[in-house]
Amino acid sequence: MSSSDWSEGVHRAFARTGIGLVAHVPDAGLTPLLARCTADPAIRVVGLCDEREGPALLAGAWLGGLRGLLACQSSGIGNLVNMLGVSAVGRFPLAMLVTMRGEWGEQNPWQVPMGQAVPAVLGAMGVRLFSLERAEDAEAVLDGALGLAFGSEQMVAVLIRQRLLGAKRFVPAGATAS
Amino acid sequence: MSGGLDRRALVAALVARRGSALLLAGLGSPAWDLAAAGDHPQHFYLWGGMGGAFAKGLGLAMARPERRVVVLTGDGEALMGLASLATIAAQRPPNLALLVLDNRVYGETGGQPTATASGVDLAAIGAAAGFPATLRLESPDRAETALDLLLTAPGPVLVQARVDHRPLPLVLPIKDAVAAKRRLRAALGLAD
Repeated sequence: MSSSDWSEGVHRAFARTGIGLVAHVPDAGLTPLLARCTADPAIRVVGLCDEREGPALLAGAWLGGLRGLLACQSSGIGNLVNMLGVSAVGRFPLAMLVTMRGEWGEQNPWQVPMGQAVPAVLGAMGVRLFSLERAEDAEAVLDGALGLAFGSEQMVAVLIRQRLLGAKRFVPAGATAS
Repeated sequence: MSGGLDRRALVAALVARRGSALLLAGLGSPAWDLAAAGDHPQHFYLWGGMGGAFAKGLGLAMARPERRVVVLTGDGEALMGLASLATIAAQRPPNLALLVLDNRVYGETGGQPTATASGVDLAAIGAAAGFPATLRLESPDRAETALDLLLTAPGPVLVQARVDHRPLPLVLPIKDAVAAKRRLRAALGLAD
């Protein structure tokens, strides 16, 4: 099963929830989903320079009646922690889709500390956590997470597990993957 | 430190000409300035999330393209949110304007100098990023020009207003962000 399979279900859930804005700092694992969103005229895709912009941007958008979602890599969660306070204190719905690094077969040790800390860090800030481990669950998990976020003014994060995404391979020039 | 505009007078003039514009104030002195000019459901005041005011304004501007959105914030908050100048320039929202009330110090923490005290030119950074309209406002006789830019020029607009740093009466805005968001959404005709 290719890792792009999950993106179709996620995109269907976006449409059902009325997601009109997808803000992201890109990650290889997000590429298929971002391609779907870019091709969808109902969704505006905004590239951020820093994940910290995400909760603030989405709070402003929701204030004006636009539902959005932040997609980023697990490392980016470390960048935005204080900004979660804006969502928490204002009970601004916050939906995040996090592609995990540093957990399943990771080949870059620099990804491990933050990746391993993501559930504890988000949990400490009051973010409700969902885990996506199988592509066939994607639509249902996103439905549940987005429903909770927008129906009950909660912060939610769907962690797309590295086992589903596949570990990134680093192959130096002239070498062959071992 | 003196040598700049009266920040309260500038914000009061902005509020007087606001019309249907939505005003978003960054934490600290800009929030006190906006509260001092008079509270209104079209105002939203940040008490935290330093560095997020520009991004929050972008989200609101994208959601409400028919409304002017003006973010007023301080130089310290703006410097922490510099990445958003690039994000905003890339999105080019025509209805978004940013007013930086630049007193060159972190006024809430003891008056330590910010990077603008060393000459960092936020308006030039905005222009280099691609903002179609930027202005360094340094004398009161150009205040009306600045307000015209903030409220009517095709955006995104960035005005860096040199304001003085002196003790001002503390006027605190609504602290309950849930109440503030509900009244702003109600003013926009949005149901919860």
